[in-house]
Amino acid sequence: MPATKLSKAATQDHASRIFDLDVSSLRELNQALHNLAPGSNETAWEVLHPKGSHSVAVGVDQPVTIDVRGSVGYYCGGMNSGSTITVHGSAGPGVGENMMSGSIIVKGDASQYAGATGKGGLLVIEGNASSRCGISMKGIDIVVHGNIGHMSAFMAQSGNLVVLGDAGDALGDSIYEARLFVRGKVDSLGADCIAKEMRPEHLELLQGLLDRAGITGVKPSEFKRYGSARTLYNFNIDNADAY
Amino acid sequence: MCGIVGLFLKDKSLEPQLGSMLSQMLISLSDRGPDSAGIAIYGAPSKNEAKITIQSAKPERDFRGLDTELAKAIGTPVSIAVKSTHAVVRTTPAKIDEAREAIQALRPDIRIMGAGDVVEIYKEVGLPEAVVDRFDVRSMTGTHGIGHTRMATESAVTTMGAHPFSTGADQCLVHNGSLSNHNNVRRELVREGMKFETENDTEVAAAYLSSQMAHGKNLGEALEGTLSDLDGFFTFVVGTKNGFGVVRDPIACKPAVMAETDQYVAFGSEYRALTKLPGIDNARVWEPEPATVYFWEH
Repeated sequence: MPATKLSKAATQDHASRIFDLDVSSLRELNQALHNLAPGSNETAWEVLHPKGSHSVAVGVDQPVTIDVRGSVGYYCGGMNSGSTITVHGSAGPGVGENMMSGSIIVKGDASQYAGATGKGGLLVIEGNASSRCGISMKGIDIVVHGNIGHMSAFMAQSGNLVVLGDAGDALGDSIYEARLFVRGKVDSLGADCIAKEMRPEHLELLQGLLDRAGITGVKPSEFKRYGSARTLYNFNIDNADAY
Repeated sequence: MCGIVGLFLKDKSLEPQLGSMLSQMLISLSDRGPDSAGIAIYGAPSKNEAKITIQSAKPERDFRGLDTELAKAIGTPVSIAVKSTHAVVRTTPAKIDEAREAIQALRPDIRIMGAGDVVEIYKEVGLPEAVVDRFDVRSMTGTHGIGHTRMATESAVTTMGAHPFSTGADQCLVHNGSLSNHNNVRRELVREGMKFETENDTEVAAAYLSSQMAHGKNLGEALEGTLSDLDGFFTFVVGTKNGFGVVRDPIACKPAVMAETDQYVAFGSEYRALTKLPGIDNARVWEPEPATVYFWEH
């Protein structure tokens, strides 16, 4: 794009594009988001009255900001690639499932399997997350201000899960390689998940994650690190009970 | 998937709207289960009156003249209010068991949906909106109620396979999930003398709770028992004459969300079922914990 056009774009008054789901359909919203071309000037979006709708802003692949004013149902921001989605309410199951990049901020609570299978980006949950948070995570970073439910980070493969509150039963069951940082208590660890030493590089990594999530007043040293003991990588008959 | 809802009113001024609130909640979850739908409503108790909700595939044939024949058979006045394929039979509480037996003797094709002092149960094959319209559920008043829209997995798509299931006076249950040990539990309950009308796993859960309560447990204790005695996936929402309870299995993969205000306690499989309730924006909204019993009583 020529520089002149860029400077012109920068001076335009970009009113946010508003979709009221009481008036427009969810399909219209998602289609409009999918129609965004690279470099579009429509960078700020607002979604009103989501009322627990499923699949709000799924599959967005442009670096826009989307403010959702209310609570959403299943799979909000699924497959997100580059956009910044803020849910000003709570999110149902599967928020940010298979996210690739960008960020999702949930101001309220998140239901089951938040950030499941996510490959990249940042998911911040300012309330609590429910069971199976970060299940099978593959590179996503997840920061939860409150607590997480049972079987979180089940089969997690890569990425970081930061929990300022407590974790439920079987944290990190059958975990591969992700790093789990929990500040509160952990009800129990799942198969092959162990507490690990916090080395300087982990403190540094954690500080970076807290910074990215806008969290202040919390020190990395207050957390414990958990990860894989790597004893389930190869089948061993002595581990049969753990499967 | 299935969709379930429940609403327990604390504020009496909402009672006239119970049917419409519960209908709207259930309709919002239609796409969770297109096979059948049902609703149980707990109305206001009235002195010297108990109710039996009956159903017939041939209502014109089966319901005609039933009131006079039944009154003659049990020696007590009987009234019948017909609503489409269902009818509510009213008589004195002392005669309720006798009336139930007499109905089955007089009209063998009639199915009994439920009985008790206050409960009425309406369920049929079809979407929630059609079921709600058919039985004019929106106009019903009451203190609490539960509803279900079914995606059939464990047994046939029939009226009797629809939820709620009622296996005891004023007791009923709706279920999202599937039980894996229902055949064993059914055998044990049959040995105790419980009777079953279907092959459905949910009927077993309902009968299990009835059996526990018949042994003197309260609703909370009976629900606690499901966690050790029933195997499989479940979110149960149950109603009793004056109570309302919720429990999820320890894995808790079936969705559930609850809301509480000074006016009501509400349950939905999804948040969208709750969005039109009064004061929902300021309600305490939470996801019930796995293996944890929640219950309220009037």
